[in-house]
Amino acid sequence: MTGEVVALTGFVAAAIRISTPLLLAATGEMLNERAGVINLGVEGAMLAGALASAMGAAAGGPWAGALLAVAAGVLVAGVFAAVAIGARADQIISGTAITLGSVGLTGAIYRTAFGPGGPGLSLPTFSAVPIPGLFEVPVLGPSLFNQPALTYLAWLLVPMAWWFLFRSWWGLALRATGESKDAARASGVPVRRVQVLATLTGGALSGLAGATLVLAQVGTFAEKMTAGRGFIAIAIVVLGRWHPAGILLAALLFGAANALQFAFQAMRLSVPYQLFLVLPYGLTLLALAGAVGKAKAPAGLGK
Amino acid sequence: MSRQSVTPVITALAALGAGIGVLAIGLAASGYDPILGLGALGRGAFGSWYNFTSATLVRAVPLILLGLGVALAFRAGALNVGAEGQFYAGAIVATWVGIHVAGWPSALAIGAVWGAAAVAGVLWIALPVLLKVRFGVLEVISTLLLNFVAEAAVSYAVTGPLQEAKRIYPQSDPIAAAARLPLLPGSRLHGGILLTVLLAAALWFLFTRTRWGFRLKAVGLGPEAARVSGRIPVKRVIAGALLWSGALAGLGGGVEISGVTYTLFQNLSPGYGFTAIAVALLARLHPLGIVATGILFGAIEAGAQGMQREAGVPAVAVQVAEATIILAVLLAEVLARRSAARTVRAEDPA
Repeated sequence: MTGEVVALTGFVAAAIRISTPLLLAATGEMLNERAGVINLGVEGAMLAGALASAMGAAAGGPWAGALLAVAAGVLVAGVFAAVAIGARADQIISGTAITLGSVGLTGAIYRTAFGPGGPGLSLPTFSAVPIPGLFEVPVLGPSLFNQPALTYLAWLLVPMAWWFLFRSWWGLALRATGESKDAARASGVPVRRVQVLATLTGGALSGLAGATLVLAQVGTFAEKMTAGRGFIAIAIVVLGRWHPAGILLAALLFGAANALQFAFQAMRLSVPYQLFLVLPYGLTLLALAGAVGKAKAPAGLGK
Repeated sequence: MSRQSVTPVITALAALGAGIGVLAIGLAASGYDPILGLGALGRGAFGSWYNFTSATLVRAVPLILLGLGVALAFRAGALNVGAEGQFYAGAIVATWVGIHVAGWPSALAIGAVWGAAAVAGVLWIALPVLLKVRFGVLEVISTLLLNFVAEAAVSYAVTGPLQEAKRIYPQSDPIAAAARLPLLPGSRLHGGILLTVLLAAALWFLFTRTRWGFRLKAVGLGPEAARVSGRIPVKRVIAGALLWSGALAGLGGGVEISGVTYTLFQNLSPGYGFTAIAVALLARLHPLGIVATGILFGAIEAGAQGMQREAGVPAVAVQVAEATIILAVLLAEVLARRSAARTVRAEDPA
């Protein structure tokens, strides 16, 4: 293989790896936003999922970690649902508070469980699973079809979410709830239950996103390790225009912007590395400016 | 006092109680002695005159300034959650100006540092304002994203153009002596505390006694109604609120540099911009209330350090208490709305 092909394969693989947690969290957030609930606690649920996956994996292997992460995400989203849907408190502010609390809670639990210095853990992680046959395709094979199981799961969720939203009765009920709660209620949709279930599902996927970060990327936990990915996932929902396929594209764009960092570092350009840190955020802001005018949020979002 | 002014105080105390209660339960559940932990928290914040002025009040100053900024935007219904980023923008520019004003008269040097910091805060929020007004991008997302950009900018500044002349540590050189605020003798409390109290009083006057304050409130209560009434330029009011909000948060960064650290470094703010949201909400966006809640949260954060030293409890644990306080305030507001709705129905059996 020539050098260019190796570099391109590495770049695509990195883009996909980085986009996976964003894809999971954004798909989850899309579901609850389609039901009219904007949850800024995604960041918190991701962080809780990351810590839970580390503790679960240390005790019982990566799959135990992933399961515990889903449970943690659901738990965090459950607190949000109780306040924002149950008591109808302001969604934006409750979501912010949930994230704030999760940062504190995960930090405190981590330091209590693993000591104040926070030594790097060496956790059992998900290894790449090459797909027979497809793995042989040049560039795409070793990048797309040689990923950890959670990446395939994230990609499978895209058609599943599409089918659920646009082809199932519950998906219709969910979209109706997001457009107008009153109209949905009048036609017999259990509005509250739909919103709570959508929010818990969003939490489960956010928790899993946190697990991906720990068990398929970094291999350890660090305080505040999600570093705003939950908020980026919310931006990706807007960028992907609340559509599963759009969200996949937006997440990949984001992953690619991030992967450029490694590509440029390999080229030894004398550009400060912070420029690459801000590139994804800048790109998101630019894209939001371009996307929002045309995209339409669910009419009842946040109400 | 009228019932109207007593209720928020009771709500705030109940929310504070809920926060401390959750913290105590959490401490007990993770095997710490809650009495020892909370005692250490109290001593760290109020144990001595030095602790109160140099730990509690020093932390209260940025919380009050940023809390006022957050409240200004929230009053107009614009959710500026980027105070952290605006604080850093202010801090970066304040450091640069502060280094370059050696030899100036002190009042002038301090004025230049503060003014530059406030302008930096305005510039940092200008992009979200433009995106909101021009493209309808939610300011919640844009201001949040810019927090991460600001942190990267600090990281760049202290390893690049603003790094100390010795080039050893990732921090700036200290600002000139002329730009440093006077200290209360025997403590680390600086003159910035006077500025916060003055600004709080000024904002209270502006919010409650001027047409501008009335417009903010009207837009915050219902932009649609304010627009339909035809008298209020809604977009301009929201844009103005956000820009002034950025100015206050940027000023917070300038005051921190000129009064506390004198140098710029990463993690200068332990999350002041986020805690400020709790400070503003707990005070129900009331400027004078924010002085009280700012001191309260300054005490919690100062106490957290004491708790970590004395009882070995990680300081970040108090963020759980802060989150609980926000949620408790939200729930109390929901309850108040419902009971108000019941009262109206009971009085008007139509």
